[in-house]
Amino acid sequence: MSPLLEVKNLRIELTTRDGVAPVIDDLSFTLNPGETMSFVGESGCGKSMTALALMGLLPEKVGRVAAGNIIFDGEDLSQASDERLRAIRGNEISMIFQEPMTSLNPVFTIGEQIAEVLRAHQGLSRKAAWAQSIELLNAVRIPNAKSRVSDYPFQMSGGQRQRAMIAMALACQPKILIADEPTTALDVTVQAQIFDLLTDLRKQTGAAIILITHDMGAVAEMAERMIVMYAGRKAELGPVDQIIEHPRHPYTKGLIECVPHIQSDPSLERHDLVEVPGIVPSLREFGKDQCLFASRCAYLTEACLASRPTEKLFANGQSADCWHAEGL
Amino acid sequence: MSDLLKVENLTVRFEVKRGGGWNKKSYLYAVDDVSFTVKKGETLAIVGESGSGKTTAALAVARLVKAYSGKVALAGEDILQKEAEALRQTRQKVQFIFQDPYSSLNPRKRAEAIVREPLDSLSRKSEDEKTKIVDDLFEAVGLRPEQQRLFPHQFSGGQRQRIGIARALATQPELIICDEPVSALDVAVQAQILNLLRKLQKDFGLTYLFISHDLGVVQHMSDSIAVMYMGKVVEHADRLSLFQTPRHPYTQALLSAVPTVDRAKRAQQKRILIPGDAPDPVNLPAGCRFANRCPAAQAICQTVEPELKSDTNGHRTACHLV
Repeated sequence: MSPLLEVKNLRIELTTRDGVAPVIDDLSFTLNPGETMSFVGESGCGKSMTALALMGLLPEKVGRVAAGNIIFDGEDLSQASDERLRAIRGNEISMIFQEPMTSLNPVFTIGEQIAEVLRAHQGLSRKAAWAQSIELLNAVRIPNAKSRVSDYPFQMSGGQRQRAMIAMALACQPKILIADEPTTALDVTVQAQIFDLLTDLRKQTGAAIILITHDMGAVAEMAERMIVMYAGRKAELGPVDQIIEHPRHPYTKGLIECVPHIQSDPSLERHDLVEVPGIVPSLREFGKDQCLFASRCAYLTEACLASRPTEKLFANGQSADCWHAEGL
Repeated sequence: MSDLLKVENLTVRFEVKRGGGWNKKSYLYAVDDVSFTVKKGETLAIVGESGSGKTTAALAVARLVKAYSGKVALAGEDILQKEAEALRQTRQKVQFIFQDPYSSLNPRKRAEAIVREPLDSLSRKSEDEKTKIVDDLFEAVGLRPEQQRLFPHQFSGGQRQRIGIARALATQPELIICDEPVSALDVAVQAQILNLLRKLQKDFGLTYLFISHDLGVVQHMSDSIAVMYMGKVVEHADRLSLFQTPRHPYTQALLSAVPTVDRAKRAQQKRILIPGDAPDPVNLPAGCRFANRCPAAQAICQTVEPELKSDTNGHRTACHLV
C-alpha cells in the first residue's frame, strides 16, 4: 500500500525577534489511507505547526517551509500554489480545531457554514447544499437536525458545536481529517461521545485521521500509530501499543508516567508522581546540534550534548531519536 | 479525625432573565441543597462536568459568592454569618488556588508583592515578620529567593502556579480550595504541581477542597469524593469505595468515559455512553435530574427526586435504583 501522505525532511522556520527558529526540524513520517495517527507532546513542541503546514496555513510572513516535501497523493503541497491549496483545504484535507466556539462564525447559522463548504468545493446549489447540511448533522448525531440546522453557534452546547465542526470537516469526504485537540474544551462524557463518533465516521468514510493531543489515554483509544514530538523534532514514532508498553525515548516514558492514570482498583498507598523536571526549551534553543531534551533527562550523558541524536530503528516498527534508545 | 469543614444544605441561586413579562424572575439553582464534610488534613474532591456547580459551591464556601441558604461551618463556626473583623479572621483560614495561573496573578506586581498581599490585607503582622514569611514560602514552593523580584510574565506556567500556591499559604490557612489547579498546565508540569500540593499538605497539615474534572488526578489526590450533577451531589464516598464500587449511573458513566492507556482495562470495560445533553438548569425536570440521560431510568425516576442516602459504610448515593 502506498502512503496517502508522505512528509520528508520537513523544516519549518518561524521568524521571531531573536532570529529564525526551526519550529519543525527535519521531520519525516507517512500516513496510510484510513489510518489514525496521533501527534503527542507538550505545547510548543510543534504538533499544531505540523498540522498547519499540511493545510498550507502557516502564519504569513512569519512561518515558511524552509526545506523538505509534503507529498499528498503524489503532489508536493509545499510547492503548490495558493489556489491549489485552497482547492484541497476543506475538501481533501480538512481540520477540526480545539475550541469549537471560536472556530465557528458567530453570525452565520450552522447550516449556512456547512453549506458554504459544499458550494465552494462541490458546486452544489444553495438548496442542495442546505439539504446536504441536514444530512451531515444527522450523521454526526445532532438530534432534530432539520430544525437545528438553522441554529447559530451560540444556541448549541459545546459538544454540539464540535459535532457541527466535524460535520463541516467531513462535508466533502476528505481523505485526511486533522483533529487538533478536538476534545480538550469538552467534558469527559462528551469527549467519549466525540471519540465514538470519529471512530464510526472513520469506518464509514475511510478517512485517515491525524489526532493531535496531549492525552495518552486518548491516543491509546483512538490511534494505531503515534509520533511524540519534542522541541520541533520527532522524539519517537511507532505503533501505539508498543510505545506505551515499552517507550524507547525518555521523554515518551516521562509523558506516560507523569500522569495519574485512573485505576479501577486503586491501592490505599499512593506514591509521588514521576516528574519530568523543567519545561520545554524556548525557541532560541531550537535547532541546536544536541539533544534538546537533555536538560530534563534522567539518562543524560556527554553524548547527548555533543550532537543531535540520530534515529534508531527497532524491529517492531518503533523508532526513537535518542542516543540511549537501545538501553531503555 | 474531626471534621474541619461541614457544609449543610448549601444552596446558591442566581437570578436569570428569561422571557415572559417584564418583571418575571427565574432562578438558576447552581448549588441545590448540598451537604458534605471534610476531615482535617484530608482532601475532598468535587468532580462533575462544567455547569454542575462544583466551582460555585467552592466559591460559596470561601464567601466569594453569596449563599442563598444553608450552613458552612469551619471548625464548628458558621462562616456564612460572619462580618467585618470576624470575616477577616475567617478569610485567613480559607484560601483559594485558581485554575489559570496566567489570569490570576496581577501582571504589574512582582512575585514578592503578590505573595505578600494576603498578609497586608488580612493579617496584622510587622513588616519584618511578613518578609520572613514570604522568604519561607518561596522556599516551600520551590522557587529561588532571587525570583521574588520578577514579574509574572517572567515565569513559566508551572512556576506561576507555584506563586499562586505560595500566596494561598501566606496567611497559614486551614482550608485551601484548589479549583482545577493543574488543568491549565502542560501534562509534564502537572505532576510537579500535584506532588508539591501533596507535600505541602503533609508538611503543614492542610485540608484541601479539590475541584477537578480529571478523574485520574482526583483518584491520585483525594481521600473522599463528591460527584455533582446539575447542582446536586449524586454520590459521595471515600476514595476506594467510590472507584471500586461506583453506584450512581452517572458516576459509572463518568468513570467509564475516561480514556485509558491500560489495554486490559479497555478490553474488559465497556464504555457507558450517556446520550444527549444535560437539562435546562432553569426549568429542571420534576424527578431525578439525570433521568433523561440515564441508561437505567425507571418510571419513578421521572417523577420523584431521589434523596442522598447513606449505606452502613457512609457511601452516599442519590438514586432510586441503588
